[in-house]
Amino acid sequence: MAVITYRQALHDTLREEMLRDEDVLLIGEEIGIFEGSYKITAGLLKEFGEKRVRDTPIAEEGFVGAAIGAAMLGLRPVVELMTINFSLIALDQIVNHAAKIYGMFGGQTPVPMVLRTPGGGGQQLGATHSQNIELYYAFVPGLKVVAPSTPADAKALLLASIRDNDPVLFLENLALYNTKGEVPDVVEPAEIGKAKVTREGTDITLIGYSRMALVAHQVAEKLHAEEGINAEVIDLRSLRPLDRQTIVDSVRKTGCAVVAEDDWLTYGIGAEIAASISDGAFDYLDAPVRRVAAAEVPLPYAKPLERAALPSAESLTTAIHQTLDAVGRRR
Amino acid sequence: MAQTATRSKPATRSTAKSRRGGAVRGSGGGRFTGESPELLQDYFHEMTLIRRFEERAAQGYTQAKIGGYCHLNLGEEATVVGLMRALRKTDLLYTNYREHGYAIAKGIEPGRVMAELYGRTTGTSKGWGGSMHMFDVEAGLLGGYGIVGGQIPLATGAALAIDYRGGDQVVMCQMGDGTTNIGAFHESLNIAALWNLPVVYVVINNQLGMGTTVEKSSAEPELFKRASAYKMHGERVDGNDVLAVREAATRLVEQARNGGGPALLECVSERLKGHSVVDPAKYRSEESVEKAKEADPIANFRAQLIEAGVMDEDVAVEIERKAQADADAAVAFADESPHPDPSTLFDYTYATPVANDSRRLPADPVF
Repeated sequence: MAVITYRQALHDTLREEMLRDEDVLLIGEEIGIFEGSYKITAGLLKEFGEKRVRDTPIAEEGFVGAAIGAAMLGLRPVVELMTINFSLIALDQIVNHAAKIYGMFGGQTPVPMVLRTPGGGGQQLGATHSQNIELYYAFVPGLKVVAPSTPADAKALLLASIRDNDPVLFLENLALYNTKGEVPDVVEPAEIGKAKVTREGTDITLIGYSRMALVAHQVAEKLHAEEGINAEVIDLRSLRPLDRQTIVDSVRKTGCAVVAEDDWLTYGIGAEIAASISDGAFDYLDAPVRRVAAAEVPLPYAKPLERAALPSAESLTTAIHQTLDAVGRRR
Repeated sequence: MAQTATRSKPATRSTAKSRRGGAVRGSGGGRFTGESPELLQDYFHEMTLIRRFEERAAQGYTQAKIGGYCHLNLGEEATVVGLMRALRKTDLLYTNYREHGYAIAKGIEPGRVMAELYGRTTGTSKGWGGSMHMFDVEAGLLGGYGIVGGQIPLATGAALAIDYRGGDQVVMCQMGDGTTNIGAFHESLNIAALWNLPVVYVVINNQLGMGTTVEKSSAEPELFKRASAYKMHGERVDGNDVLAVREAATRLVEQARNGGGPALLECVSERLKGHSVVDPAKYRSEESVEKAKEADPIANFRAQLIEAGVMDEDVAVEIERKAQADADAAVAFADESPHPDPSTLFDYTYATPVANDSRRLPADPVF
């Protein structure tokens, strides 16, 4: 078992899948000569050549659509969208085409492709480069949306995504690339659509994905060590399909929940989770479901403002304390 | 049991000239010199079949047997047939939403095309697509697309896949004149030229993007000239002349097949009716409608074939009778075909099944 970065896990997986399957090719801006804006594809052009590592012009609609067309003929393109913000330019191709082609032609042609894209704030990149708009894609039947939080999961989910016959939006977070974790020597593809209980507990359920799943886990460990609070933590891993059962089973056990999300509150992923808890665990709830989400502003550049807008370990801890106080469970 | 509607061969009654066999030659052949009479009659039959099919589609629409939108190829039959005859069966076609004629001319049985319009399981997309979304991998039709220009990047990517595997297929990507102003058009032509992909983009310039004229929507209304911005060969052809379309398209398709890269072909055409069945086309001047009628590619081709002695009036009538019978058979096939069962509603959301996929009907509880 090796300890590697999230970035390294993604790189290794791309390389291994390209070695395993000739049909896997990479398409995107600056992924070749520049070796990727975030260096995930470093060295791959040298190893696999221009045929399989394709630098594209700055034309997201064109090259995302081309990847979809190539996938219709059975190739397995892995597209790197430099940031999720630029995916909006390709929104028509992703939502109207990648997601619909299998269904609207009566199941005649699958679209086996992966759209890898980083998102998230906290890097002082300003309003148009600091978004968590995964909801736009998680809303659409026909797409699969996964969001790994650890290097091991990044590998397992990327393997699953590349081998899947549907279009998968693979969410990365700029804050995760340098995080480290253990990755087994042999990793099996993850089961898309399944959440993971990363920490078992009885006092409260914490639900997060991507960066906030990590933060939730860290907060849970700290609260246990310092205050004896025993939180259960769920890493969603997949936003579509959404594993409601795992969430509801946990809340039926703990009686209260806090959702931690990097996206905006209103209509956000947390809203769907809170509604699911209402649907499946209403009678078990001792307190309203709390949501810790980004402030609903275009994310500002100035550091103090940006920090105030984003959810953090501190804001999550506050919400957990308030919820436990409300049910009289804080020791 | 429903019967499969099949496409019949054109009438076999032949003229004195065609009885001689071989190509039309000498006086009277004129512009048809070198063409086989059988093939010319076949073109006439297919164009007429598409015309009759579309008339039956319009009828089915007014009878509420066909829902949604219904964009017809009326007036564009010469372009449709000419383009499709430039392709091999294994070549791939991407079209926009005005596609019934293309589906038939690419080799799909008219009954299956009509069944899709009727939303039946025997349709080209099993009733999931309708008029705008026909698909048949056997015939090489990789889809009709309802979003203007949505098909252009897809066709480019299909050409990438062919190139990646070293295949000898060519992709044809059909679109209307209004499409040439969207970003995807320019992005795709640029990428195809950079990567030297085997794709021919075809603009059907019927001079109207819905109700807006090409002069009002395109700063350069001679659309083939846009190819030059991408170092690509561009060409304009009379879309009402089936042979001219076939000749130009064949040349560009073979060029692409032989590594010569992508091209842009503009077929100038006329639309006999509105944008869709429900559009009375009040925006059109009487003069424009009259011009379209005069340019009717089928009436003109018929007259030319008779004039050239390729067929006589009796043969023409017989071919028209066959075309009508084929269109009627398509309607009968569609009418007799089963509707999809609601239990199949969740069959085609995902190709690879996943955990926790939602299969909830509107009133189903989440838990």
